[in-house]
Amino acid sequence: MAEFKKADSMLEWFDQRLGVVNFVKVMMTEYWIPKNINFLWAMGVVITVLFTLLLVSGIFLLMYYKPDVNMAFDSVNFTIMQDVAYGWLFRHIHAVGASVVFLVIYIHMFTGIYYGSYKKGREMIWISGMLLFVLFSAEGFSGYMLPWGQMSYWAAYVITEIFGGIPLIGDELVVWIRGNFYVSDATLTRFFMLHVLLIPLAILGAIVFHFYALRFPHVNNEEGEFFDFDEEAEKYKAGDKKGSKVIPFWPVFLSKDFMVVGFFMIFFFYLTFYHYGFAMDAINFDKADGLKTPAHIYPEWYFLWSYEVLRGFFFDIAGISGKDLGLIAFGIANAIFFLLPWLDRSPMVKPANQRPYFKYWFWILMADLIVLTIYGKLPPTGVNAWVGFASSMTFLVLFAVLPFITKLEAKKVGGK
Amino acid sequence: MKEFKILAVIVALVAVTYYGIEPYAHHVMHPEPAPADYAFSDLKNVDTTLKGDVANGKVLVEANCIACHSIEKEGYPAMMSDSDAASSYGVVPPDLSSAGHLYQTNYLANFIFDPVTASNLKHKYPEGGAKVHPMPSYNWMAAQEIMDMVAYLQSIPKATYVSESEERRADFIDACGRCHSMAYAGISARTPGDVAKAYLGATPPDMSQYIKSRGRHYLENFINDPQRLLHGTGMPRVGLSEEAQTHVIDYMEEIGDAKKAEREDLGWKVMLYMLVFAVFALLWKKQIWRDIH
Repeated sequence: MAEFKKADSMLEWFDQRLGVVNFVKVMMTEYWIPKNINFLWAMGVVITVLFTLLLVSGIFLLMYYKPDVNMAFDSVNFTIMQDVAYGWLFRHIHAVGASVVFLVIYIHMFTGIYYGSYKKGREMIWISGMLLFVLFSAEGFSGYMLPWGQMSYWAAYVITEIFGGIPLIGDELVVWIRGNFYVSDATLTRFFMLHVLLIPLAILGAIVFHFYALRFPHVNNEEGEFFDFDEEAEKYKAGDKKGSKVIPFWPVFLSKDFMVVGFFMIFFFYLTFYHYGFAMDAINFDKADGLKTPAHIYPEWYFLWSYEVLRGFFFDIAGISGKDLGLIAFGIANAIFFLLPWLDRSPMVKPANQRPYFKYWFWILMADLIVLTIYGKLPPTGVNAWVGFASSMTFLVLFAVLPFITKLEAKKVGGK
Repeated sequence: MKEFKILAVIVALVAVTYYGIEPYAHHVMHPEPAPADYAFSDLKNVDTTLKGDVANGKVLVEANCIACHSIEKEGYPAMMSDSDAASSYGVVPPDLSSAGHLYQTNYLANFIFDPVTASNLKHKYPEGGAKVHPMPSYNWMAAQEIMDMVAYLQSIPKATYVSESEERRADFIDACGRCHSMAYAGISARTPGDVAKAYLGATPPDMSQYIKSRGRHYLENFINDPQRLLHGTGMPRVGLSEEAQTHVIDYMEEIGDAKKAEREDLGWKVMLYMLVFAVFALLWKKQIWRDIH
């Protein structure tokens, strides 16, 4: 054991044992962020705040929730919503937070795509972010089952049914996932476990990984400019704060984030208290009933675009059933964003609007995703089915042509 | 200014998406029915302009109604227990003490005249069919006699209640509680579930969360005439007056959304707190970034 001299202050005492001074430097005061950024760079911190709210409200809900088909519905709608002091507040924060965190995740994700923050060294940031997206999706889906309302049940039924389309093992896989031949008590209890333990653990790990992945390639900036962070950091430390292209994470970067979080939370609490219907579907206040199919079954809004890709293929093509085609397209839709760094063959790291061809691709993708989302909720009948088909095809084609578009762009800009 | 432009783009994209998946999708999935008709103007078998005679109405009610119906407030008790009455008639017959206040005049008169037409259940009790409504039609009676009975029922004074909430609860129990339970209010349906299922074709659902799953607007239209929103349902049109129906729905909200007042009172305070936080954060940010730009 090393020799310890008597500490003169509490800080020194902790510093001797935990190296806190250096730790704060590395993590906060000398962790450098580009100065040339806008409020979209605060979305990561907004997500972190929302995740914390979800975690804390979830812990309170966990104290009263009962993962049993006979008790779940009333434990949520009576015990938590009416009996427990401010139980309703925790449920509203949890439900609205889960919905809104996806909105911010999508903004965060498309900010990354718009500014090209997924390539030239930033591939692992992108991959870890997409991993978080998948984990949050699983968390959202498993959590949605817990109140055991009609939409909990039928969304679980429809989504687990999807796995039945996988060749050879499909039928057995569905039974394995559900723990029964139909969505039942076993399904509820295992999804409860996934929701409160396994997936949150994985999310916490993935968040650490995502933050770590930022350390070496550094955060991108508004112009996609590459510069020497060490050199700029030295300038800052020497006192040339105006001339340096970087700012420290604490307090400069976070002071801006706190402001964004502050204004954002006014909006968030408005939704929590006065406008929560979008996150707490009315149909889910009917208790789950396996014998009574609701007239319209749809997932939460953040899954609608991929759900629409799934059901967009409603007829057979070249002897392959529409169901299988939809399933293949759905699989592609969920995996393709992971590959974005390699599908984009252009070396340009610039805001999309400064890229000659990519800008069209980006805005068409945005429009297509909005169309998919809206038509994912509407009944897939008549012309709606065809809009669904066309927008699903557009989605697939967009990603199929991306390498060629960006290759042409690379040629045009001459490797810059 | 550039940041506000970015914000405007995001707000626009979110607004379009929101409009599509919420107001527009709901409009497509649940088209708006014609407004509720509290006059029940499709029912025209009895001339309701006739002035009823209370004394004669009382005689007629005693002669025609109390074999099956109790009128507790007037001293006519129920002849059977709820479960016996349910098995005899299919559903517990209503006590008539509050009938004159709960049911709209035109509906009540037409219901006595022809229950199947008034309750909009022709699909369930077709003419000449095997099933008949437990209450016979009084279409052989003169309109004046029917209006006399209505006048008598309406003359029975309303019970006095210690609070508005108690009155709403009483109205809910009288109007809905023969078939529907409301567990969160400790109300059990008077007709046992299996008997009600045989009578109606499906077990009448518990009403505890219906204010949330259906919403006030839907309930207003649905209770006024269930067939318009759920074609073929076994639930009869019950003919509540606008006031009685408002009491029923208010009570469902009181039970199903018990924390509404607390929620709406706390909300703006939390928002105000965040506004103060945001303003301080803005000032702090400005101070820190003064050296940076």
